[in-house]
Amino acid sequence: MQKSEVVVTHMEKVLSDIKILNKSSIDNLLTQLPLYYFDDNVIDYLNELSKELFKLNEIRAFPDLLTLAFFCRKANMIQLKNIYADDLSIKIGRGLAFHVTPSNVPMNFAYSYIAGLISGNNNLVRVPSKDFKQVDLFFDALNNLDQSTNFSTISNRTLFLKYDRNSNCTDYFSSICDVRIIWGGDSTIDIIRENKIPARSIDVTFADRYSFSIINAKEYIEFNNKESLAIGFFNDTYLFDQNACTSPQLVFWFGVEEDILKAKEIFWSTLHEYVVDKYQISTITGVDKLTKYFSFKTHGIDSKVKFIDNFLWRIELETLPKDIDKYKGNSGYFFEFNIDNLDQINAIISQKYQTLAYFGFEKSLLNEFILNNNFRGIDRVIPIGKTADFALTWDGYNLIEHLTRNIQIL
Amino acid sequence: MINIEKILEIEPFSLNKNDKREILTPLINEISIHHFRNSLSYRNMIDGLNVNLDGNVPIEQIPYLPVRLFKLYDLYSVDKSDIIKTLTSSGTTGQAVSKIFLDRQTASIQTKVLTKIVSSILGSKRLPMLIVDSDAVIKNRAMFSARGAGILGFSIFGTQLIYILDSDMNLLVDKLQEFVKKNKDQNIFIFGFTFMIWKHLINECKRLNLKFDLSKASIIHGGGWKKLISENIATIEFKDHLKEYLNISRVYDYYGMVEQTGSIYIECEQNHFHAPVYSDIIVRRPIDFSVANHNESGIIQLISVLPLSYPGHSILTEDEGVIIGEDDCKCGRLGKYFKILGRLKNAEIRGCSDTYGESII
Repeated sequence: MQKSEVVVTHMEKVLSDIKILNKSSIDNLLTQLPLYYFDDNVIDYLNELSKELFKLNEIRAFPDLLTLAFFCRKANMIQLKNIYADDLSIKIGRGLAFHVTPSNVPMNFAYSYIAGLISGNNNLVRVPSKDFKQVDLFFDALNNLDQSTNFSTISNRTLFLKYDRNSNCTDYFSSICDVRIIWGGDSTIDIIRENKIPARSIDVTFADRYSFSIINAKEYIEFNNKESLAIGFFNDTYLFDQNACTSPQLVFWFGVEEDILKAKEIFWSTLHEYVVDKYQISTITGVDKLTKYFSFKTHGIDSKVKFIDNFLWRIELETLPKDIDKYKGNSGYFFEFNIDNLDQINAIISQKYQTLAYFGFEKSLLNEFILNNNFRGIDRVIPIGKTADFALTWDGYNLIEHLTRNIQIL
Repeated sequence: MINIEKILEIEPFSLNKNDKREILTPLINEISIHHFRNSLSYRNMIDGLNVNLDGNVPIEQIPYLPVRLFKLYDLYSVDKSDIIKTLTSSGTTGQAVSKIFLDRQTASIQTKVLTKIVSSILGSKRLPMLIVDSDAVIKNRAMFSARGAGILGFSIFGTQLIYILDSDMNLLVDKLQEFVKKNKDQNIFIFGFTFMIWKHLINECKRLNLKFDLSKASIIHGGGWKKLISENIATIEFKDHLKEYLNISRVYDYYGMVEQTGSIYIECEQNHFHAPVYSDIIVRRPIDFSVANHNESGIIQLISVLPLSYPGHSILTEDEGVIIGEDDCKCGRLGKYFKILGRLKNAEIRGCSDTYGESII
């Protein structure tokens, strides 16, 4: 047992500014063997967690927590498991998964954890240091569950913690992990990567990305439920201050000019009405948008702003700059460009591009569009309203494949 | 050539609403057109708005640049070879600073206007001047900052300059006593930054139980209340203390931006800041930038006829304020008068990407 002694002394050194959020310990975590993916215990545990979450009175106030509770249900897990029904390979967790989660998307850490858990890993999850009510509620549910039931298989393999950004915990956890999952964009990835991981360990990184939308103007005009689409678009964007990697920054309007003109008018005014009702802008939002817009304009790109108020800025592009992804905005700041042929967007698609959020196109047509173009970017083609829904394939990674080890027996 | 001289002849607080509008509107239009013609960046920005600078734009519709742009871009409207001085804003290490490019003309009218405004308080004669700071801020180039620039800018109104803090910010009591004794029956001018005066003059007098009679002194101070607000010190308390320990009643705070150096806003005896004829203030609603009513708070936009070498004649600050009234302040000064409520709070943006070194664009 010499090995664990070394660990303990090492831990004493780093543990001082750690806050552990669930009933477990690092020693527990380090002595557990990995599980095979979609372990029955894990599925049962998540189902119980889902029930605990639904018991919370306040859950209705937090749509992200509610979505998480649905995600954890057994039915959903079975469905996810069934995707691999024909996969005969043996998949087992890589070992210790160290999750560095973003500080400003409240529930992201939970999805990262669940992906790690169903892949069979022991999970060390750094929870955002910022306080969010829904995060507190999540831990209420989790700790209730761990207290009232005996899922030690899971709780021994789980450690949620908070620690200061400057702590040497990152260094230590990196040095012992088998897979490190880094959310939080380019600058976080750079900083975390200064800490080495063992030779055979891997990083799964979620870098800064750019997402956009394509709307078929004619289909939109004929569509009956324009308000539901506005709500969907709102959930894709404003719900995360239009600052999630999945949030469209640019809207392509597809069709003939006459239709586009009409569609734009209805789409934006329907959205605006909803935004004014549901969204809160801070006093500096407008100043930020104006600064961004003028910064963009100094480059001499032909465009005009359509301005009703600071809830919603639209910038109509006359030409489509190749580096449009450099001019990201937030909190309701959209570029738009008219096209009559999907191929008009090809030139701008780089590795940066993540989600194409669409309305009014046949899936088969988009399939063909993707297959014909060998793009270096676009990882997700998702209907408007669904861009933020978590899936086990995220940002172009199949997380199950990345977080497990495949065992080959010949 | 823009005829700026005419407005500079006018006394700073002597025009009522209509007279001021009549002289300011065409001038600001002319200055906007000048920048549009001579600064490509400015032209590109304005081109993206739905405004036509035809010379007849009402002052409320003159475009305004957010001050952050002066940190991001080198903005000027003169030949680069004509730039004689570049001002920079204060900023903590690592932060971007504003860069303000001055040619001879703009530098000279800055001084002229500052003189007009300050002499409306101090009179036109130069006065013995006491500076509540250390001369190290001036001597040491590494320390040279907005504080140093402010001291230098105001020192033209003084003679026999005395710095009463040492380089460790200790009060030089002997020097202060000597100065008080020497200028007993004279009008004197005291200048310093608000926080320095509070911390190193008032608090030291209090601690050492020192009292002085400086009843003929006028204090001009500026640099903001941010630090004092965090210590819960209000204007009134500040003034009361100066009265109690130094017997000074003439205390004038000023508000101004490096982007519009020279056109400062002086706080009167009624605790209101006043816009002189060379500049104007508009308060805008955060929701849609429409013009707020009097007594309705919003984002402060500042207009000034001084910036000719760079497009800073109409800027949107990140300060929140409220216009109390126009032409009817009890102090007798004409023009708009207002209060500063503080800095706009940074938005807490959600999203996948953490902001480590808070990006500015």
